[in-house]
Amino acid sequence: MTDTALPLVKAPAAPGRERWLAVALAAPALLILLALFALPLAKLLAASVAGPDGPTLAEYAKLLGTPYYLGVIWNSVRLALLTTGIALVIGYPAAFALARARGAVRSALLACLFLPLAASVIVKAFAWTILLRSDGLVNETLLALGLIDAPIRMIFTETALIVGSVNIFLPFMILPIYTVVAQLDPRLMEAAATLGAAPAEAFVRVVVPLTVPGVVAGVALVFSLAVSAYVVPTLLIGERYPTLSTTIAKAYLLARQPTFGAAAGVVLLVIAVATVALSTRLARLGGAR
Amino acid sequence: MTRPLAILFAWTMALGAALFLLAPLMVIAAASFSPTPVFDLPVGGASLRWYARIGQMDGFWPALSLSLQIAALSTALALALGTLAAIAIAQGRLPGAEAIGTFLVSPLMMPGLVLGIALLQYFRAMGFSAAWSALLLAHLVVTLPYVARTMIAGLSRFDFTLVEAARTLGCTYPGAILKVMVPALAPSFLTAGLFAFLASFDNYPVSIFLTDVRTKTLPIKMLQYIEEAPDPTLAALSTLILGATVILLVASDRLVGLHRMAGTGQ
Repeated sequence: MTDTALPLVKAPAAPGRERWLAVALAAPALLILLALFALPLAKLLAASVAGPDGPTLAEYAKLLGTPYYLGVIWNSVRLALLTTGIALVIGYPAAFALARARGAVRSALLACLFLPLAASVIVKAFAWTILLRSDGLVNETLLALGLIDAPIRMIFTETALIVGSVNIFLPFMILPIYTVVAQLDPRLMEAAATLGAAPAEAFVRVVVPLTVPGVVAGVALVFSLAVSAYVVPTLLIGERYPTLSTTIAKAYLLARQPTFGAAAGVVLLVIAVATVALSTRLARLGGAR
Repeated sequence: MTRPLAILFAWTMALGAALFLLAPLMVIAAASFSPTPVFDLPVGGASLRWYARIGQMDGFWPALSLSLQIAALSTALALALGTLAAIAIAQGRLPGAEAIGTFLVSPLMMPGLVLGIALLQYFRAMGFSAAWSALLLAHLVVTLPYVARTMIAGLSRFDFTLVEAARTLGCTYPGAILKVMVPALAPSFLTAGLFAFLASFDNYPVSIFLTDVRTKTLPIKMLQYIEEAPDPTLAALSTLILGATVILLVASDRLVGLHRMAGTGQ
């Protein structure tokens, strides 16, 4: 990959002085991230294989070889998969409606997206603990509607976890899809109809493929956020659903097992980065077609 | 599915999503006026007593002050460093500009918790144990990618020859920057600053590993309150934070427009 891929105005053979100026402008940010991001990550990787007598993969063997820790990894992945799937089902049609909205309706809908996005994750998770309590609003409503006879237990169940997680990460699905849909030419559907396509067929064959980049961006974002979520599982399900994040935090803050924690951190990092890398590739393939 | 039905379905989902997204915020606000300590909805009588008790929560003021300091300072630093780097990248005179841009944005992909433990080990190995400085440095890594992403996107649409044009028309170099570049980039700058500030102010997974007994940020204190003794005081505090966020968003909407932030923000 070369820098010619960037859609930028290329200065024709920048003189040496200006080139140095550009380097000087970028250097502080670059150095900060090298010292406080790249280097610590490399050290973490080294720490995850540190043993009393030289490098060892023992902690990785423990993580990937014991049923309990495989279950922990699966808990994280399962939370991310369910969150991503549900957010896509809600977010995809919602993004289309948002893209069609105009004026005050659009402003109102965007505010409904941005306000929760800007609101603290802890505040939102805390609100769900209030909403889902056995004498909370959700149970009271269901009781009043006669849908249930006795309050159902929701807080500290997987239902609570998924509802809260979808609630917190949904805007990250809707926004990238909305950005793509808003740029679609509304005449595409008409053109497809003129060429003899039924509306459903035109939608599936013309519109859906064009929204793939937005969908891929949303899926990657929501999956990588949900797989590493910490506050949401801590407040909404607790000890009963150990995830990679809660396991890492415990290894450092309570158990003092930094080597194990580092290995778990590397596994989480690999899952999150692989998701993003894979989806970027998929989006490129989709775009190249 | 026929077309009107499909449109109806899309609108149902959008309105449902809007309600669903707002639900926790409305519940928090309602619970903060609860007349009893058990989160009753204020039917019949609202009470403001929980608001009066926010300031008495153990360790509240130091935590708020710490979070504001760290968020403001790290955002200011990130805006300065990130914008300079973005200018260098967008001007196209930097060797390997695309790779550098990707690197500057890459911490966004990183689980916060992993950054937290990586920095914890790194600082420990160096014998660096000042919690305040450690938090500031860590939050710089949190905020810088937001600024880099938004400013690179904003600057890639900026025509740098306009600066030259202004100089040809008699502006001094600083004058040209001030009159041409600053107004054109102000929306991106504001969006970047807003998201960076919020990301720092709300950060839990990185901060938790870098605090000590006396240096705790507000999110850490809040999670502690929730786990120890949740009462409507927390709802009142959350409502105040929400209120401040609403004011920030309304101000940004007036200055920039939310639909433009949807493109360049999160």
